[in-house]
Amino acid sequence: MSGEWETVIGLEIHAQLATKSKIFSGSATAYGAEPNTQADLVDLGYPGVLPVLNAEVVRMAAKFGLAVGATINRRSVFARKNYFYPDLPKGYQISQYELPIVAGGHLDILLEDGSTKRIGITRAHLEEDAGKSQHEGVGVSTIDLNRAGTPLVEIVSEPDMRSAKEAVAYMKKIHTLVRYLGICDGNMQEGSFRCDANVSVRRRGAEKFGTRAELKNLNSFRYVEKAINLEVARQIDILEGGGTVVQETRLYDADKDETRSMRSKEEANDYRYFPDPDLLPVIIEDSFVEAVRASLPELPDDKALRFQQQHGLSPYDAGVLTASAEMAAFYESVVALVPSDPKLVANTVMGDFSASLNKDNLDIANSRVSAAQLGVLVSRIVDNTISGKIAKEVFEAMWAEGLEADAVIESRGLRQITDAGAIGAVIDAIMAANPKQLADYRSGKDKLFGFFVGQAMKATDGKANPALLNDLLKAKLAP
Amino acid sequence: MSLSSKQIEGIAHLARLELDAAEIPRYVDSLSSILGLVSELERVNTDGIAPMAHPLEGQVQRLRADAVSSPNLRQLLQANAPQVDAGLYVVPKVIE
Repeated sequence: MSGEWETVIGLEIHAQLATKSKIFSGSATAYGAEPNTQADLVDLGYPGVLPVLNAEVVRMAAKFGLAVGATINRRSVFARKNYFYPDLPKGYQISQYELPIVAGGHLDILLEDGSTKRIGITRAHLEEDAGKSQHEGVGVSTIDLNRAGTPLVEIVSEPDMRSAKEAVAYMKKIHTLVRYLGICDGNMQEGSFRCDANVSVRRRGAEKFGTRAELKNLNSFRYVEKAINLEVARQIDILEGGGTVVQETRLYDADKDETRSMRSKEEANDYRYFPDPDLLPVIIEDSFVEAVRASLPELPDDKALRFQQQHGLSPYDAGVLTASAEMAAFYESVVALVPSDPKLVANTVMGDFSASLNKDNLDIANSRVSAAQLGVLVSRIVDNTISGKIAKEVFEAMWAEGLEADAVIESRGLRQITDAGAIGAVIDAIMAANPKQLADYRSGKDKLFGFFVGQAMKATDGKANPALLNDLLKAKLAP
Repeated sequence: MSLSSKQIEGIAHLARLELDAAEIPRYVDSLSSILGLVSELERVNTDGIAPMAHPLEGQVQRLRADAVSSPNLRQLLQANAPQVDAGLYVVPKVIE
């Protein structure tokens, strides 16, 4: 039945801008400070205070806009979004409504089948974050206002995604981009990057969108995928049972693995937006936009394309290696040391190296093996000192014990045997010891070739040069 | 311009004000009359005039440099709070 339904998803991503101070006040934004030590009179909404806009916030939003091919509105307006909640002391959140700073952009995502899909970005607007509430006490909630007034850019997509996987691919792409641009640290555990998903389903081929539910505060890629899939199944169930989907806000509960309604319909939100009289319209000069444009780094898509052209990588490999600026820089540092085989470098970086980082939960900055050290290891494969298989063993020792590749190779005697005479002697001995297999092979049992390779590798502790061994075996075993 | 009782109740809810049933007709009258006064403005011809976001439009929003300038005033500010605990503001529970 579900094959008849099409999923429609739009995402609202909140990225915390990596400024030192808040969007409208001089309070610090550092994460993890003692509660309420970074909330001043402006953040607390005391009477008589005035917000003053942080210049860096404007620059960062413009940077994002230019990176997604959007228009930087030369005039944008801050508005008040009114609602009551204890973590919002002013009774309104300063946001942008009719005239956001960034309008109309797009981003291409790579689909599983290798094709790309363009996702529209409706707008990106600036706003302040609210404080943080906790509800663990009996009959009380507690409020930390350190986060109140932290600058956010809210990135609103078009309803262009058709599956949870596409939504995750888009979210990852935005995550990569904001980190490349240096405008957000992307730390999802700390809430610096989070997402709401608008999800609806419609009959395949239908023009009109179905009624949507908004899934709130999805703070990991995995949760985004799970929550969307759960919500899609729930909506299809309702519709196939003859019911109607209610437009509402739903919360994903990771522990129970379900979505549930947060606010009832009677309390439909009425935010009564109006221009904030405390803030004048923000006017941006062309010269400012051009200066920001000139400051853009090489963007992930451009870098991935260059990796394909310059290093001969597949689109998939190029995508993996450019997923973060740090990973891309690391890869290029290693390639600089082994320019003759960028593909082998890519396999090593994406393989053993990335696996070890993940296993030990490290990022590149505190990797146990440096680019220079990895470059030496890969060079030893290229110059035939060791085989690729032995390189794995060397890498493990480098990672675990902090050793240099050459030291491991020498101390463990892992140097590859490339002496045709020595390998030939090994082969002769194996042939003499296995007359039956030799006879069978010569009478047409080709599969036994692998047996001789295995015996030879065993006899040399895996150190025989594989290509040379193959050539010699073929010659000697021939009838 | 006349507001209904239901609209008055809605506005009161948004403002988190509790109104007696007896008070509602009074607010229907007084708020409707305020809106009536403001609606006089609708008689002005505004064809071709771009909406303004601010009476001082034409002036530009000033920006400040991204620098931390506020000291930690927690002790002073929390002296105004009815209840604090371990540096946190304590309020009646807001979710079930």
